[in-house]
Amino acid sequence: MGEGPTGEMHSVFGYYFDLALRSLRRNNALTALMVLAIALGIGASMTTLTVLHVLSGDPLPGRSGSLYYPQLDPRDGHGYVPGKVEPMDQLTWIDGMNLLQAKRADRQALMTGGDVAVQPDNSTLDPFYEDTRFTTTGFFPMFGVLFEYGHAWGDAEDEAHARVAVISSRFNDKVFGGGDSTGKTLRLDGAAFRIVGVTGDWHPNPNFYDLNRKSYNEDEGVFIPLSTSQDLSMAHDGSVNCWGNGGAGQAPDHDSPCAWMQLWVQLDSPAEVAAYKEFLVHYSEQQRALGRFQRSPNVRLRSVMQWLDYQQVVPDDVRLQTGLAFGFLLVCLVNTVGLMLAKFLRRAGELGVRRALGASRRALFAQLLVESGVVGLIGGVGGLLLALVGLWLVRRQPAEYAPLAHLDPLMLLATFLLALGASLLAGLLPAWRACQVTPALQLKSN
Amino acid sequence: MKLHPMISALRRHKAGVVLIALQIALTLAIVCNAVFIIGHRVERVNRATGLQEQDLYLVSQQWVGAPTGDDADSIQKMDAMQREDLAALRAMPDVASVTPTNSLPLLNQSWNGAMSLNADAKLLDGNARTTYYFGDENFVHTLGLHLIAGRDFNAGDVTNKGFRNTSEPAVVIVTKALADKLFPKGDAVGKIVYLDGSGTPSTIIGEVERLQVPSTGSWAGSFAWNATIEPVRLNGNSSSYAVRAKPGRLLAAMKATTPLLYKVNPLRVLDDDSVKSFADIRSDAYRADVGMAALMGVICVILLGVTAAGIVGLTSFWVGQRHRQIGVRRALGARKVDILRYFQMENLLIAGIGAVIGVALAIGLNLLLMQHYAMDRMPVLYVLVGVVLVLLLGQGAVFNPARRASNVPPVVATRAA
Repeated sequence: MGEGPTGEMHSVFGYYFDLALRSLRRNNALTALMVLAIALGIGASMTTLTVLHVLSGDPLPGRSGSLYYPQLDPRDGHGYVPGKVEPMDQLTWIDGMNLLQAKRADRQALMTGGDVAVQPDNSTLDPFYEDTRFTTTGFFPMFGVLFEYGHAWGDAEDEAHARVAVISSRFNDKVFGGGDSTGKTLRLDGAAFRIVGVTGDWHPNPNFYDLNRKSYNEDEGVFIPLSTSQDLSMAHDGSVNCWGNGGAGQAPDHDSPCAWMQLWVQLDSPAEVAAYKEFLVHYSEQQRALGRFQRSPNVRLRSVMQWLDYQQVVPDDVRLQTGLAFGFLLVCLVNTVGLMLAKFLRRAGELGVRRALGASRRALFAQLLVESGVVGLIGGVGGLLLALVGLWLVRRQPAEYAPLAHLDPLMLLATFLLALGASLLAGLLPAWRACQVTPALQLKSN
Repeated sequence: MKLHPMISALRRHKAGVVLIALQIALTLAIVCNAVFIIGHRVERVNRATGLQEQDLYLVSQQWVGAPTGDDADSIQKMDAMQREDLAALRAMPDVASVTPTNSLPLLNQSWNGAMSLNADAKLLDGNARTTYYFGDENFVHTLGLHLIAGRDFNAGDVTNKGFRNTSEPAVVIVTKALADKLFPKGDAVGKIVYLDGSGTPSTIIGEVERLQVPSTGSWAGSFAWNATIEPVRLNGNSSSYAVRAKPGRLLAAMKATTPLLYKVNPLRVLDDDSVKSFADIRSDAYRADVGMAALMGVICVILLGVTAAGIVGLTSFWVGQRHRQIGVRRALGARKVDILRYFQMENLLIAGIGAVIGVALAIGLNLLLMQHYAMDRMPVLYVLVGVVLVLLLGQGAVFNPARRASNVPPVVATRAA
């Protein structure tokens, strides 16, 4: 042990590690119980934490920071308490069109969800419904949609109510058997559309831009111009909120008092955000002067993450499960503290001998902590295996977010840190108590 | 048995006592709340919709190339197509009855509004929130609803209108819950009401015992049993039909439906989900609740297991540590059963302390959950059952170590440790 401090530290650690393994092997049942408790706690916590982590992730990393969702309050005075009422979650057709055409943002897109009947020419495939997005050209560059083939449609197509469509690669595989399908014809609700683009791997999760249908794993196969969808009275799919004497059906009237559109805008600097918010207030005042709005300006401009947070997109059940799992981990930890205490105190004799032979309290403490760290590491490996099983079980659930539940490197690291930290924490009190042995007394009583 | 020596003995094991008590307290708090959540979910899943669910299925389809206008001509064409479908479905050998409908309970697609006693009320000023079902004279008996007052619709009551038409029907049937809300004296039949702020009166002609709204979400919880049935065929480019198969013929009827409808009119789309039994609608609606209840149950069982194992572990250690003292007590005349009782009493004391703390934690946790999740107040019964459960768990866990302690022979006292 003459290799300097580092070498000494290293070999002392190795010695403690060896002692730990010996001691753990001596009480198989007790060790197994501690490892099992830590593994169960870690497994349950990591499973639920991973699900929570995946569900509360950023749908468009790098882009989401400059995307904003304008909200207005076009409702009548009923039930209005100034400053207390949130504006509506969606826009009316008229407001959506007005804001879109004002072009006050760097990019903007107006959109809503639809349900469209697809009649494949391929006779082996029966007609089916497809989740469709009715939107405007800004959607694709603003959200960074990747294209495998072709491109998005442009302003001209929006204005001309052109019968053009962008399809997803999954839809392309299903209907056309993959390959470059641009230029091919697609029959939607009985009308012929020309395919201009096929999207690549682009699956924002959560489906932030329209949370009315499915929040996760929504997989829209077809995108067509909003103007065209309205010409063909295509069925709307999503939520419609009406007030006053409004009525709504499958495709709400454009002038009915109903909110069913989503507008997203791209604002690249804080100054632009402030200016856009100003614009929304100004717009509300203008509409109020015109008699369309009755409330004083009540607007919001939330970023993607703020919007997801406000909409509480992460299901309550998932948060509840995570809380439950951590409660469970806490009980497992208390349990481990108890068992470790029993284990360390039982070795009072051995520790007393070591003390009598000149080992310092610090050295004993370090030795016992190494032992609890070893328990934590083994428990962590067990917990990781349990978490993998747990996530596999989650993926087999019918929940819409189920397929997303995979362990990522960050969570893998978190598992081990949590296991190690938890077991060291659990070892602190027992190790300290065990170090309090008086060497002489122990020798005497033995 | 005197508690005094027991307490002074426990003073020498403060850390261990605190740990067991804490573990029992946490377990109690978590298990009580988890069991409460399970009970809540089970109750939710088991509530009756008001339908006779057996042999019932739903067909939803969309026509392709159907007229899309709101003009009378388009509406009548779409209505003719719908009546053609209804006639064909009714003629099926395995079918008992059929009604057009816009939705069904648990389907989570709904059309909601408010019913008022006054004309021209603002939508949200309505006296009672309600969901709307649209069907024909076969709606009540196809769904198997219980008419408890007034009369059912007859063919003369039934009209048709486009999806965007906001005119209201002359007659409606309401659920008892809705009727009682508007007319607490129980005399709703024959009374005039106004739907969705309309100026035209509608007369309540009948009352059904129970009919749940389509939405299972918590937002609809305040009016879960308020439903209004309108004798109207809604015309749009899609339609849905609720079909009651003859007893035991559900699968046969479902299987024959798609080919039949394509034969009636091939210009339509029916996909895998278009023909769906009510049993499937129910299991889809409550899948998350069942999953959550199962998960909570599993966690509770493991939690109780871990706690029991912890008690066994610590008590075994104490027994080992006090080997000699036990021998001395035995030598001084204590019977085996006295030693057994001693450890049982000791555990009861610790578990009791844990349970007291646990009750406070359980109630605190419940309050926390009420604040953050739409959770109800937990009835005291759950806590009491929880306390009994953890005390029994403690006794069960301590029994084996205590029995081993009682088997320590008196002669141990004479040996050196």
